[in-house]
Amino acid sequence: MATNVATSDGGERKALDSVVIRFAGDSGDGMQLTGTQFTQSTALMGNDLATFPDFPAEIRAPAGTTFGVSAFQINFASYDIQTPGDDPDVLVAMNPAALKVHLKDVPKGGTVILNTDAFSDRNIARAGYEENPLEDGTLDNYIVIAIEINKLTNAAVEDCDVTSKEATRCKNFWALGLMCWMYNRDRQPTVDWVNQRFAKLPNIAAANIAALNAGHAYGETVELPSGAEAYVVPRADVQPGTYRAVTGTEAVAWGLVAGARKANLNLFLGSYPITPASALLHTLTNLKHYGVTTFQAEDEIAAVCSAIGAAYTGALGVTSSSGPGIALKTEAIGLALVTELPLVVVNVQRGGPSTGLPTKTEQSDLFQAVYGRNADTPLPVVASRTAGDCFETAIEAVRIATKYMTPVILLTDGFLANSAEPWEIPDADAIPDFPVEFRTDPEGFHPYLRDETTLARNWAVPGTPGLMHRIGGIEKDYDSGHISYDSDNHHRMTKVRAAKIDGIANDIPEQDVAIGDTTGKLAVLGWGSTFGAVNQAVGRCVKEGLSVSHIHLRHIHPFPLNLGELLSGFDKVMVPEMNNGQLVHLIRDKFLVDAESITQITGQPFKVSTLEREIRSRVEG
Amino acid sequence: MNVETPVEALKPNDYASDQEVRWCPGCGDYAIIKGVHRTLAEMQIPLEKLVFFSGIGCAARFPYYMASYGFHTIHGRAPALATGAKLANPDLDIWIVMGDGDALSIGGNHTMHAIRRNVDLNMLLFNNEIYGLTKGQYSPTSQLGTRSPSTPQGSVDAPLTPLSVALGAGGRFVARTFDTNQKHMPGVLKAAHAHKGASFVEIIQNCIVYNDGVFDGWTDKKVVSDNSITVEHGKPLIFGAEDNKGIARSDDGFGIQVVTIGESGVTEADILVHDEKNKILAMMLADMKQPDFPVALGVLYNNPATAYDASVHEQLAAVKENTPAGTLNEMLRKGRTWTVSEGA
Repeated sequence: MATNVATSDGGERKALDSVVIRFAGDSGDGMQLTGTQFTQSTALMGNDLATFPDFPAEIRAPAGTTFGVSAFQINFASYDIQTPGDDPDVLVAMNPAALKVHLKDVPKGGTVILNTDAFSDRNIARAGYEENPLEDGTLDNYIVIAIEINKLTNAAVEDCDVTSKEATRCKNFWALGLMCWMYNRDRQPTVDWVNQRFAKLPNIAAANIAALNAGHAYGETVELPSGAEAYVVPRADVQPGTYRAVTGTEAVAWGLVAGARKANLNLFLGSYPITPASALLHTLTNLKHYGVTTFQAEDEIAAVCSAIGAAYTGALGVTSSSGPGIALKTEAIGLALVTELPLVVVNVQRGGPSTGLPTKTEQSDLFQAVYGRNADTPLPVVASRTAGDCFETAIEAVRIATKYMTPVILLTDGFLANSAEPWEIPDADAIPDFPVEFRTDPEGFHPYLRDETTLARNWAVPGTPGLMHRIGGIEKDYDSGHISYDSDNHHRMTKVRAAKIDGIANDIPEQDVAIGDTTGKLAVLGWGSTFGAVNQAVGRCVKEGLSVSHIHLRHIHPFPLNLGELLSGFDKVMVPEMNNGQLVHLIRDKFLVDAESITQITGQPFKVSTLEREIRSRVEG
Repeated sequence: MNVETPVEALKPNDYASDQEVRWCPGCGDYAIIKGVHRTLAEMQIPLEKLVFFSGIGCAARFPYYMASYGFHTIHGRAPALATGAKLANPDLDIWIVMGDGDALSIGGNHTMHAIRRNVDLNMLLFNNEIYGLTKGQYSPTSQLGTRSPSTPQGSVDAPLTPLSVALGAGGRFVARTFDTNQKHMPGVLKAAHAHKGASFVEIIQNCIVYNDGVFDGWTDKKVVSDNSITVEHGKPLIFGAEDNKGIARSDDGFGIQVVTIGESGVTEADILVHDEKNKILAMMLADMKQPDFPVALGVLYNNPATAYDASVHEQLAAVKENTPAGTLNEMLRKGRTWTVSEGA
């Protein structure tokens, strides 16, 4: 619904409830940066928002190619939103390739902003167009704002003492300036960021700011084509509190640090660069003053092994990777499991198998997390649902790892890691402490002495007098911790390791229903980053009175104790996953329910509309 | 000043655990563990500070037979675990026991990088040139032509020289000894321990079951004087039962050769003097092989540089000094935040 409102800049703006903008250009065009800056401004304007950065695996693919197109989508609104939006209302295409890749997603009547300077014959051909799309009718059904962005940028930065190459590179800020005008965003946060980022290169800073202002001024002065207007998206009515924009990567890092503090341990991260998990290493290495040591190992195996070595000496061991790297760590995770040392394994899932789609998101490592090891090796698996939720799940992973002396797998994914959302910053002091108590008493000690309730073994660290002991991968005697090849003992140890993990179910919250009733026609059971899309889809249906509920898992192994009973209250269970069907098998296996699988393995998050369609087809009529 | 109550001195046996040793009778590992117990007792290292890491293989059972802390890990990965342990607690006195397959085949990458980084670890390579625990396959150090269950016609791939690998990886401390050389071993181990950084010690070890006698050509009492040379910093490189052979510069000046003092006009002045800080010399000594050269024993190279763990902790300390740790709430609120107030 749109109404016109007067705004502080004197103009009249059309009010919108929500907008989806997609910035797209060459990998080197700075689209991620543009999107991030727009996000910051939008967050500060008080809108609710969700973002989706979508970039190629190539750092700088050959210019002008479709496979080198990098995009950033933001959905912001005056109400509570949970996804980056299905289809963009506005596409900013910085070259023909960006137009080629993304135009198909823009609904007819949508707005397309183009940099005509990039539409050379060569670029048009390189994008795979036979004719110039600006002239052949391709854009007939859209509101087109065609601008010579390169020329206007160059003119804007004329006085800035930059080379012509540097001048042209400011074009993303010009486009950002225009979008700031169009949606009434404050430029100051971006100006501040530029000044900080280019503090040592004042000419570059000045050029970027000049381009930003020029783009904004262009919007103010130039008459736009019919249908294109200036808008305002009123602030969302959100819960009072202090907010910040957060990505899943940041939230995991802070959660791990918070968890380590709550456990009263130093944090040791052993990691090896891999997309999309590397950013966690970068984030944690900048938190050294919080008792964090990071180690970039020679390979994935050394990364996890170093973390286990650190855990052995009394630190919180953490290792981070993505599916292929987790595969390499598998043997060592088994070692941590059998030596019963606390370890958090963060898997930022990506498209697979093998190298797969490194920069795209997927949920296809669930089987790997739950089952993917040799022998009987059950491990707790915790999954994050939103960027902000990564904070809580990371703390939960640390709590379980240290309380139960076990590796814990924390599943996030590329979408969560990179996307940003406004996050109501929690009060860290309100999170309960769970301090680790190392064994110091030699009386009656042996390394596999277990707590009666948790079945966790006691943790004695090197350096403690009188508690010298040996642990390792060979099976240990239940009663003494010495090497044992005894067959009955191995049976007993295998059972107790499993019982310890199963027992965690008594120490996690009962499964709740995110939206809808606790019984009904259809339960949509999700896990991980599909939360937003599922919740919004179910929400819309519930509003219309349809009998559908959204249940979203955080704890995947072990499941919450009431999950089976909860699911049995629904006629049908539908499990949407960004994989070829994995949780659905776990559910069917565990509860013998006829759960149905909805799969999408495109490297893209689910669209709300897709899920809504699937829900309706099951509960209507 | 605190005066500590003197504790009873630790004896070699105090370093042995109560576990029954299960190496084959006559295995070289018995001699090595005896040498290690003795050396540790001579240095009086507190048991609780001492940690032995190992990978997989016969040698890797070592930690179970020590009364210290110990971690029997997985094949080839001991240096990686030990690196994490040392970074997390630099006060620990960490030793790694590795086999030749363990350290140089499956764990080659970790061995190389622990040495390259110069982590303060005492890395002991028990080299018996064979896979023992898996029943006798040839290893990356087996001599060309080694017949084994996996190479019935003889191995055809060239072996690695462990000390050359260590020097090539940037090792700052490289030494060699052998299992039954009990007079020699403690000195080498003590020097390795005194070196702050990665200390790489190759301990030649006889596998009595699968590769028996493979080193006899230079370790046997009858030939050891003529076929090996024990190097000492600042001393001339002289060897032989009659102390009349030596290592001299080769005639072209680019290498080394064995000469006999008193023959062809060679005098003691022609013999090279061992300099443990000379890497070129160390590389040539490491590569000396039978039958053309005696096998070099002792500390071939000892040229310390700052240890990795020390540098890491220096950085950590500097960061902590410049940026005192705040509360968790401060961490979460650093950067751009905004407040939504009631009724906004």
